[in-house]
Amino acid sequence: MKRLKWIELSVASTAAACSFFLGASAQAQTPTTYALTHAKIFTLAGAPIEDGTLVIRDGKIAAVGPNLEVPSGAQVIDAKGLQIYPGLFDPLTQMGLSEISAVNATVDSSETGAYNPDVVAATAVFPSSEHIPVTRAAGITEVLVAPGSGGFDFSGSRGVIGGQASAIHLAGWTINEMLIKRSVAMVLTWPTIQTASFDVATFSRKDKPFTEAKQDYEKQVNELTDYLDRARHYAQAMGHGGPSDFQRDVKLEALAPVVRGQLPLLIFADRARDIRNAVEYCDKQKLRMILAGGGEAYKVKDLLRSKGIPVILRPTLTLPEEEDDAYDSLLTQPAELAAAGVKFAFGSFDNSFARRLGQQAANAVAYGLPYEEALKAVTLYPAQILGVSDQVGTLETGKVANIIVTNGDPLELTTDVKFLFIKGQQTSLDNRHLRLYEKYSNRPKPTTGAN
Amino acid sequence: MKISWTLFSTRRCTAILCALALLALPRTSGAATPPARAPEAAPVILIQNATILTVSHGTIEHGSVLIKDGKIAEVGTSIKAPKDAQVFDAAGQYVIPGIVDCHSHIAVDGSVNEGSISVSSIVNIAEVLNPDDINIYRDLAGGVTVANVLHGSANSIGGQTVVIKLRWGQPAAKLPFEGALPGIKFALGENPKRSNFSIPGGTPRYPTTRMGVEETIRAAFTEARDYQQAWAEYDKRSAAGDKNAVAPRRDLRLDPLVEVLQGKRYVHAHCYREDEILMLLRVAKEFGFKVRTLQHVLEGYKVADEIAAAGAGASTFSDWWAYKVEAYDAIPYNAALMTHRGVIVSVNSDDAEEATHLNQEAAKTIKYGGLTHDEALKLVTINPAIQLGIDNRVGSIDVGKDADLVIYNHDPLSAYAVVQKTLIDGRVYFDRQRDISERAGLEKEKKALTAKEKKAGEKKPDATIEMGKRPGAKPDEKKSEDKPKPQGDAVTGGAL
Repeated sequence: MKRLKWIELSVASTAAACSFFLGASAQAQTPTTYALTHAKIFTLAGAPIEDGTLVIRDGKIAAVGPNLEVPSGAQVIDAKGLQIYPGLFDPLTQMGLSEISAVNATVDSSETGAYNPDVVAATAVFPSSEHIPVTRAAGITEVLVAPGSGGFDFSGSRGVIGGQASAIHLAGWTINEMLIKRSVAMVLTWPTIQTASFDVATFSRKDKPFTEAKQDYEKQVNELTDYLDRARHYAQAMGHGGPSDFQRDVKLEALAPVVRGQLPLLIFADRARDIRNAVEYCDKQKLRMILAGGGEAYKVKDLLRSKGIPVILRPTLTLPEEEDDAYDSLLTQPAELAAAGVKFAFGSFDNSFARRLGQQAANAVAYGLPYEEALKAVTLYPAQILGVSDQVGTLETGKVANIIVTNGDPLELTTDVKFLFIKGQQTSLDNRHLRLYEKYSNRPKPTTGAN
Repeated sequence: MKISWTLFSTRRCTAILCALALLALPRTSGAATPPARAPEAAPVILIQNATILTVSHGTIEHGSVLIKDGKIAEVGTSIKAPKDAQVFDAAGQYVIPGIVDCHSHIAVDGSVNEGSISVSSIVNIAEVLNPDDINIYRDLAGGVTVANVLHGSANSIGGQTVVIKLRWGQPAAKLPFEGALPGIKFALGENPKRSNFSIPGGTPRYPTTRMGVEETIRAAFTEARDYQQAWAEYDKRSAAGDKNAVAPRRDLRLDPLVEVLQGKRYVHAHCYREDEILMLLRVAKEFGFKVRTLQHVLEGYKVADEIAAAGAGASTFSDWWAYKVEAYDAIPYNAALMTHRGVIVSVNSDDAEEATHLNQEAAKTIKYGGLTHDEALKLVTINPAIQLGIDNRVGSIDVGKDADLVIYNHDPLSAYAVVQKTLIDGRVYFDRQRDISERAGLEKEKKALTAKEKKAGEKKPDATIEMGKRPGAKPDEKKSEDKPKPQGDAVTGGAL
C-alpha cells in the first residue's frame, strides 16, 4: 500500500517538476497566485490556524488566515488533512560548494591560506548540485552556505578566516535567482589549543606539550588581532578619504563591515574553553558574534545568554566531546540552552546529511526541548540569527513564500512533504534518489542468473 | 582468555591461539580502572503493562514479559509476578528485542585497519577488544545489545571479526557472543584499491583496480584451496598410519580462509557498486563458499534479485550518500527495495554515534520505500540476527530466547523515542533514571580527582603536560570507519 502512495507522489512530483521548469522559463506562463485551502496552518507567528487558507501572490505571502476568500485566477490546492509550515532553514551547510566530499575536483568549500575574508560562498554555489533537490524533498527551502576555514593543510596548521557565508533559496536557475543575501556572516574558526595533531607524513598521531600548544594558540590569536587592527585602520581610511588616499586591499575591505559591527562573525568553536575565549575576545573587540558548533555550549550557557550570543548548534546526533560527559549531553543541550534563554538554531553542518535537520530537532524534543521551540529552531530562529527574518522564517503577509505542505509533523521521520513552494513557485520534489528508486523498482526480473 | 576458544575451531590454530592469548593478557588484566557496575546474578524480572513489539508474532498491547535466568520465560497479557520478582511497570512504554548492529567498530583498541597488505586475514579483532570503550555504554544507551565488530575495509580480504554483546562493565573475555560463528571482513571498491587514502609520494599497493580486487581474492582462495587439500591429504595419510606423513606448514593467513570454505566462518563483505557485488557473488560461487552479508551494499537495490538468488544478506545505511563516488548512487530506498525483492536486509551503523539511534534509522524505510512498521523494526532486530546466525538466541521476543530487551518511552520507530532501560541476558545494563541520578555524584568525584591531580601537578611542573592531554582531543578518535560523519567538521573541514 505504501508503495502505491509513492507512485502517486511521483506523479504529483513529475507534474510539479514540469510546472517548476516551465515556471522559471521566460516563455511560459505560470500561476503567480496560489491559494492553499483547508489546511492546518502553523504560521509560527501566532497560534495555529485550523482550516485555514494561505494565499501566495507574486512570490510573497499575500494573506493567511481562516475564512479567506480565494482570489480569482488563483490556482487552488485543496490541502484538507494536510499541514502548512514555513519551509525549514538549514543555517549551516556547504550546499553547492561540495558535491562528492572525497573528490577534490567537486569540492570548493575551503580556500587555502589562513585569511580569506574576501571570498564569498555564493560565488561557487553550483545550482545543478544533486544535493539541492534531495535536500528540498526533506522540506528544507533555504540554507546558509558557509565556506570552511578549519581545513588542516599538510603542515597541520588551520585556516582562521574562511570567507563570507551566503543565504540562498534552494531553487533557481542561477545563483542570482537563488540568493537571499550574498554576505550574511564572516566565517572564522576559533584557534584551539591543540596538543594532539594528525601527522600526514607518518599517518599517525603527534603530540606536543601543553605549554607549546598554548603558545601556538596565543600566536594565532595575536595574528588575528593584528589582522583586525589593520582592517580597522583600513575602514577608518575608507571612511575619511577617496580610494586615491589609500592603497586598495580587497581582503581588508571585506573585513570593514565586520570591524564596523555591521557583519557578524560566524565563529566555529566547540569546547567550552574555546567558546569562552571567543566570546570574551569579541566582547573586547566589539565584534558581533554568532557561535557555530557549540558542542559544549551548555557548559557556558550563562555567558552566552549574558552576552546575547546566538548559537548554530552542530547536530544533536553527535557524541559528547569527553569520555565522562553524560551520554546524552548533545541531546539535552538544546533544552538546557532554551531554559537558560540562549537563542539557537539547529544546523546540519553538511550537505548529504542536511535532510536529517528535522530529526535533529525532534531528538532534542525527546530530551526536553519544548516542541514549538524545536520547530522555531529550524525556521524562525535561523532566519533571525542570520538577519533575514524580514524575508523568511514565518508565514506572515509580505514574507517570501517559502512553504511546505506536509501530511504530519515535519520533524518526524516518517512524514512526507506533499507540496513545496520557494519564492512563491510550486517547486519540484523530484530528486536523484527518487528517480533511481523508480528506475530500479521497475527493473524486470533478470533473465540470466546472478552468476 | 576464554574469548578466543570459540573463534578457532580447527586444531591447527591452537598454537597461535596461545601466542595471541598471552599477548592479549596484560591488556585486559591491566586495565587501570575497573569499569562501572557489572550486574550480578540474573534476577527474576517482570515487565508489565507495556506495548510489546515481539517482531516474530505481532504487537501485544498491555503485555508482559517474564524474565528468568537471563532468558525470556513468558510473554503474554496476564502474567502474575512470581515472588521475589522485580516488577517494571512500563505503562505507556514500548518493549522491543535488543537492537543488533551488524556493522560496528566499537570496543576496538586502536586502529581497525591493518592496512599494510591486501590480504590481512591473519589479524583478529577478537584479540583487541577493549571493554572500557565508552562507546559500548553509549550504544547500549541507544538500545544496542549485540554488535558485529568488524575489521576495517582497507583490504580485499581483511581481518577476522567477532560478534559481541554489549555487556558494559564485564571484562573483554565476557563480551563475545557465545557460540556465534566468527566472521572475516572482505572489502571491494575504492577502499581496498586505496582510492581516497594514498599518502603523497607513497608506493601504491596492489590492487589499485576493481579487476585487481577480484584477482586478489581469487588468488587467496586458490592458495587456501590447495592448502586445505594438502591438509586433507596429510590427515588421510596420518589416519592410515603413514609414519612418513609430514604436516603442511601452517599458514595463519590461510587458516581463516579454509574456515570460510568449510562454512565455519562468515564472510562480511564491504561493497558499494553493483558490478563489484556481482563479482564477489561470482567468485564465491567459483570457490564454493557463501557470502553471508554484503555490507553497505549501497547499490544493492540495482542487483537485488541477484543478491536474493545468491542467498546473501544485505546490511546497509539508512540515508548516507555522496561522500565518495561509489556512494553517489546511494538512495535511502535501498533497504526497502531490497526487502521487496526478497533479500534479508539490516540497517547498520558503522559508527558509534549512528548506533545510538538505529531504531530511528530503521524508521526511515517507512518513508523511503513504504516498509510496514513490522518490516522496519526487523531491519535492526531479527534480520541482523539472522545474518549473524544468532536468531535462535536473539532478535525477537519469544520464550526461550535471551532476555535482551529495550524499553522505550514512545514508539521506537519515532524520533521522539528515548531508551529507558536496556537489558542483556536478563540484566539491566542501562537504566536512564539511574544514569541521571548518578551524574551529580560522578561530577563531584571528577572534581575531587581533578583537584588532586592539579595539586600534584603544582608540585611537579612536568605533570601539567599530562593534564593537557584530553580524551576528547584525539585526532584518531574512532569515528565511522567508512565515512567522516557530519559531526566531524564537514564545514570546518577537519575530518580526516
